[in-house]
Amino acid sequence: MTHAVIADNVHFSYTSQTENVPIPVFDGLNLTVEEGSFVAVLGRNGCGKSTLAKHLNAIVLPEGGSVRVFGMDTTDEQQLLDIRRTVGMVFQNPDNQMVANVVEEDVAFAPENLGVPSAEIRKRVDDALKAVGMYEYRTHAPHLLSGGQKQRIAIAGVIAMQPRCIVLDEPTAMLDPHGREEVLRTIEDLNKNHGITVILITHHMTEAIRADRVLVMEKGNIIADGTPKEVFPQVELLKQAGLDVPVTTQLLFELNKSGCNLPLDALSTEECAQALYDLLKA
Amino acid sequence: MLKDITLGQYFPGNTIIHRLDPRAKLLIVFVYIVALFLCKWLISYAIAFAFLTAAIILSRIRLKALFKGLKPLLIIIIFTALINLFYSDGRVLVEFWIFHITYEGIWNAFFLVLRIMLLVTGTFLLTYTTSPIALTDGLESLLSPLKKLHFPVHELAMMMSIALRFIPTLIEETDKIISAQKARGADFETGNLFRRAKALIPILVPLFVSAFRRADELATAMECRCYHGGAGRTKMKVLVFRMRDVISLLIVAALLAGIIVLRHFGL
Repeated sequence: MTHAVIADNVHFSYTSQTENVPIPVFDGLNLTVEEGSFVAVLGRNGCGKSTLAKHLNAIVLPEGGSVRVFGMDTTDEQQLLDIRRTVGMVFQNPDNQMVANVVEEDVAFAPENLGVPSAEIRKRVDDALKAVGMYEYRTHAPHLLSGGQKQRIAIAGVIAMQPRCIVLDEPTAMLDPHGREEVLRTIEDLNKNHGITVILITHHMTEAIRADRVLVMEKGNIIADGTPKEVFPQVELLKQAGLDVPVTTQLLFELNKSGCNLPLDALSTEECAQALYDLLKA
Repeated sequence: MLKDITLGQYFPGNTIIHRLDPRAKLLIVFVYIVALFLCKWLISYAIAFAFLTAAIILSRIRLKALFKGLKPLLIIIIFTALINLFYSDGRVLVEFWIFHITYEGIWNAFFLVLRIMLLVTGTFLLTYTTSPIALTDGLESLLSPLKKLHFPVHELAMMMSIALRFIPTLIEETDKIISAQKARGADFETGNLFRRAKALIPILVPLFVSAFRRADELATAMECRCYHGGAGRTKMKVLVFRMRDVISLLIVAALLAGIIVLRHFGL
């Protein structure tokens, strides 16, 4: 299996605006992501999640170590466009990533930049809009759409580059539950049916549960890494990293504290109910 | 309250005027404006008026929308009319105190008002029937010869389309800031002009801060989508100059020629 991302001993620091001292973010970060996987990245504000995301398509370059995406080194300026085309990025605020005031023109922005022939752009735009279920809105003005719809347009704008990996930096943070579900379904569909590697940065445990793999970050380090069922039972560790655990795990954890012996990896509501049922029956 | 700004408004439609190539429309409006300034007397103005009326009828834009566009200019129109009325030399018709109205003054004022109204309505017809994207595309294409002189044509067109894209977003944001400041007891409605102008500061400061933040995020998002200037860029919708564009340009050229000829005869 090919590796989508290989971050090797990455060092990076910010220069603080008030004092002229570098504040370290990463001090030897290592990470490998398999192609085709769906990875959720968790961590409190300022833990380096967004900085990690920006390393993946050469918006930020490592000061030490290296980041390779699909075999391309992000410091190689010759391959800059190839890197950005291969690893697409979606940000938190949908309003601030739309360039045009017609949906289809906005989706066409990236392929236009890449110099794709006109007929091919048309096809890519239509395909991308269909992939996110927004084809019938192609001639609308973005500011008249809902947050979830706008974010799906932003995703379509990235898909039109035909990327192999999409990095989403808290794409649901500004959305209502309905919009959040829309966006998440779109992401899952792209991952499962189009084979696109997804790296989802999020604050919502309910979203992280749906990933194949969960990374928990704290102060620029990865402190937990595994499937949701492996990571979430580590309740103490997650709390220490300033995170909540899914409500199901929380419930089972509290019950275990008072002497029960319940499995903490019952993440979905159904599994949790089943575990409780089994306990009461026994 | 800010939602009814008609700046750059576009009324979608599928008439012949809507379907004209934006480059053709831009050229037509330009030639038309030149022709307006060459009009000398009633007959020329009547022809220019008839031309615009025909275009309005073809575009099926409602007259109400056009008048709405003229409304903010009412003060300027009245002001220029009065100046011309009172400050033209010639045969005096009425005289009182320091004012005198001349025969020529009446005509000058009439023609000037007519000229401004035709000019403004003509340009409004352009923006009403052409989507902002088509307009910037047309402008970029028309100005592209200037690229040879290192004039940043693409950058200019890009800035224009981004500005148009963010007008509704920033208007919405301004409304939000106004509400937020009102909720903290800010008063925008009372006091003299100076006080009211001062009350705008708590609106403008957060608006600018947020606009800069947006610009920063947009720039990153554009880079992520492989934006690297105009070099090597293609377009999804390629502009095509059709027969109807050629014919309409010929018509407006004939209008210009006719008005120049009439000018020679002082008509």
